[in-house]
Amino acid sequence: MQLTGAQALIKSLEQQGVDTVFGLPGGAILPVYDPLLDSSLRHILVRHEQGAGHMAEGYAQATGRPGVAMVTSGPGATNIVTPITNAHMDSTPLVVITGQVATASIGLDAFQECDITGITMGVTKHNFLVQSAHELPRAVAAAFHLATTGRPGPVLIDVPKDVAQSTMDWWYPASVDEYDLPGYRPTIELDEDLLDRAVALIAASRRPVLYVGGGTLKSRASAELLAFAERTRIPVVTTLMARGAFPDSHPQHLGMPGMHGTYTAVTAMQRSDLLITLGARFDDRVTGRIAAFAPEAKVIHVDIDRAEFGKIRRPDVALQTDVATALRAFDQSGVRSQPLDDWWRELEEWRERYPLTYEEPEMDGPLRPQHVIQAIAETTEPGTIVASGVGQHQMWAAQYWPFEEPNTWINSGGAGTMGFGVPAAIGAKAGRPDRTVWCIDGDGCFQMTAQELVTARSEGIPIKVAILNNAYLGMVRQWQEMFYDERYSEVYLSPDLPDYVKWAEAMGCVGLRATNVKEMADVIDEANAITDVPVVIDFRTDASEKVFPMVPAGASNDDIMVHPSQRGAR
Amino acid sequence: MTPPEPFLGDTVHTPVRHHILSVLVENKAGVLARIAGMFARRGFNIYSLAVAPAESDARFSRVTIVVDAESAPLEQIVGQLDKLVNVVAITDLSPQDALERELLLATVPTEDATRGQLLDLAAGAGASIVDVDGTALTVMLAGTPGACDALERSLESFPEVELHRTGRVALPRLGRTATHEE
Ligand SMILES: Cc1ncc(C[n+]2csc(CCOP(=O)(O)OP(=O)(O)O)c2C)c(N)n1
Ligand SMILES: [Mg+2]
Repeated sequence: MQLTGAQALIKSLEQQGVDTVFGLPGGAILPVYDPLLDSSLRHILVRHEQGAGHMAEGYAQATGRPGVAMVTSGPGATNIVTPITNAHMDSTPLVVITGQVATASIGLDAFQECDITGITMGVTKHNFLVQSAHELPRAVAAAFHLATTGRPGPVLIDVPKDVAQSTMDWWYPASVDEYDLPGYRPTIELDEDLLDRAVALIAASRRPVLYVGGGTLKSRASAELLAFAERTRIPVVTTLMARGAFPDSHPQHLGMPGMHGTYTAVTAMQRSDLLITLGARFDDRVTGRIAAFAPEAKVIHVDIDRAEFGKIRRPDVALQTDVATALRAFDQSGVRSQPLDDWWRELEEWRERYPLTYEEPEMDGPLRPQHVIQAIAETTEPGTIVASGVGQHQMWAAQYWPFEEPNTWINSGGAGTMGFGVPAAIGAKAGRPDRTVWCIDGDGCFQMTAQELVTARSEGIPIKVAILNNAYLGMVRQWQEMFYDERYSEVYLSPDLPDYVKWAEAMGCVGLRATNVKEMADVIDEANAITDVPVVIDFRTDASEKVFPMVPAGASNDDIMVHPSQRGAR
Repeated sequence: MTPPEPFLGDTVHTPVRHHILSVLVENKAGVLARIAGMFARRGFNIYSLAVAPAESDARFSRVTIVVDAESAPLEQIVGQLDKLVNVVAITDLSPQDALERELLLATVPTEDATRGQLLDLAAGAGASIVDVDGTALTVMLAGTPGACDALERSLESFPEVELHRTGRVALPRLGRTATHEE
């Protein structure tokens, strides 16, 4: 069967089981958009290519399947570099297809030429510049294989226009052997000696902590984690990337560690004698000053990527495998922990003394952001997916939203990309139309990518957006208040400009506003009742509210600052 | 992986704790940029880098990289290198297990008065004369990095020397083994 490269590309995506592509066409990718008309693929036309990338990420995080985005060359390609970087930092599987100028024009500064494989070399797991139509099926198959196996990540395929236009005899690689990846071996066998040493450390520890990172979700290890934790009674902390990997309601869950983690999670790690590290990477936002981090702890480090071993913290035992395999092996070893009663007594005491807390809102406003998040969570159905932007609202969402299930928290962790929330929520809803999807957004973040609500409305993707409108770039304001003598520099945004309700309406969404507790309850009910179009709510929140606890940047986790109402009690 | 041992050889261009990575890579466009970019991005130092087609198979090239095992732990460097999809195999040679050779070429302007001195120096170093005209000589030395260093130092007394070195290639010494990372 003779096909054009463009047809072969679309057919290859179908072959991979892709159902949704997020994108926006242009000159160099034009040939590929033609056969799309005859395909069963759903294409979601975005309003900015950054939106396509974040949608693909939201889709991937919510479904566990790779997200696919397609854009044109030059500015189309550079517009999607931010989401690619974001996916690289958070190990999210993406396949990004970019158009490229014709092969004969490459290197000649042709119209809309840019060296996107060069630009993205450091922020992709791998990328391809495809040289012939015949090679396209192989590139697609290899890209999906790379994106989804081992440590997942973004893979980019750059397709010159003439490659898409020329013809080939249709073929598709039958197996991995035909992917031409002689240097790629994502799985290795578990080392039994190292496993024995890990088990011995677990059996000897008196203050163990399960330090659960995003790799636990990637390897779909929640059930194994629950079983292992319950059998051993070892306390659990879930990082920002792992919220939902272990139920928040579980009595063994101490919460999130790190800069804005719970006192108990942070301090449990500090006092621990054994960190059982599961697909986590000792990010500086978790460790605080590394020299002062968990000084007495031995470290078991489970990771599929061996370059993580010793990158930040030297492990006592490093197990190169996926988290589910490691947990099953721990379980099969029959390992028992020491009696942990003393440890738990200590943890319970901290938990009681330093719970997450905030001051009650005044009845006539302004709203407390934490209260708004709890009110939404209480009224929404179980299994609701929540996405967020980056800033204070993100930290409050991570702290106060009760996560019970994996893949219900869609978030930008490693890169901290403002504007991630709205498009990521749209992507998540596109992938999981059966779920309610809320985006907890900041007013600053919303202004970066809000135009994708036009996409959501026109594509029939009814997400709900809660803007925690504090009229500030709040997280930066918090740092300026606390560490720059309240010298506020370029952080004020205004609560009324733009008018978020009118803006929402102009984009075909329902726009609502709440300024006090009574209105808050009403608009949440109203939003919950709307299921056909996107809803945006402008919640007027207290600008002076700060995120606590907090470990100042560069400080030791021992110097954690709790909420002002809890100070002096220590 | 064995920890790097100090190299006690006499060199000016390599630190004491250098290691030699012999890296088999796919012979594809941009592979060298991927390797160099990764080193730059991660702050790993490269002392020299030499590329040539691989012995047996046209699909591959061999890159010999002398790395500074002090700028980062060797297992970090190898781990990150191994993650590059086009990297097929990494052989890690510690200096005492390696047979290392390098090529030095130097064009030295000479006058009648200094020509004899240069010829003696070259002969003493085991270098050969590969080009001559009335104003200059070009000397060549294929030798250990230490021998190349020594010759380079002795040539410092001549003005306006144009000197190039290839960076080293290496194989395991007979009877010694390297650490293979497939
Ligand atoms: C693209 C981008 N630019 C700048 C920053 C730095 N930054 C981090 S949080 C933040 C403020 C976010 O403001 P808003 O969305 O209103 O959230 P808030 O903190 O007020 O809840 C800024 C500017 C960033 N993370 N991403
Ligand atoms: Mg704000």
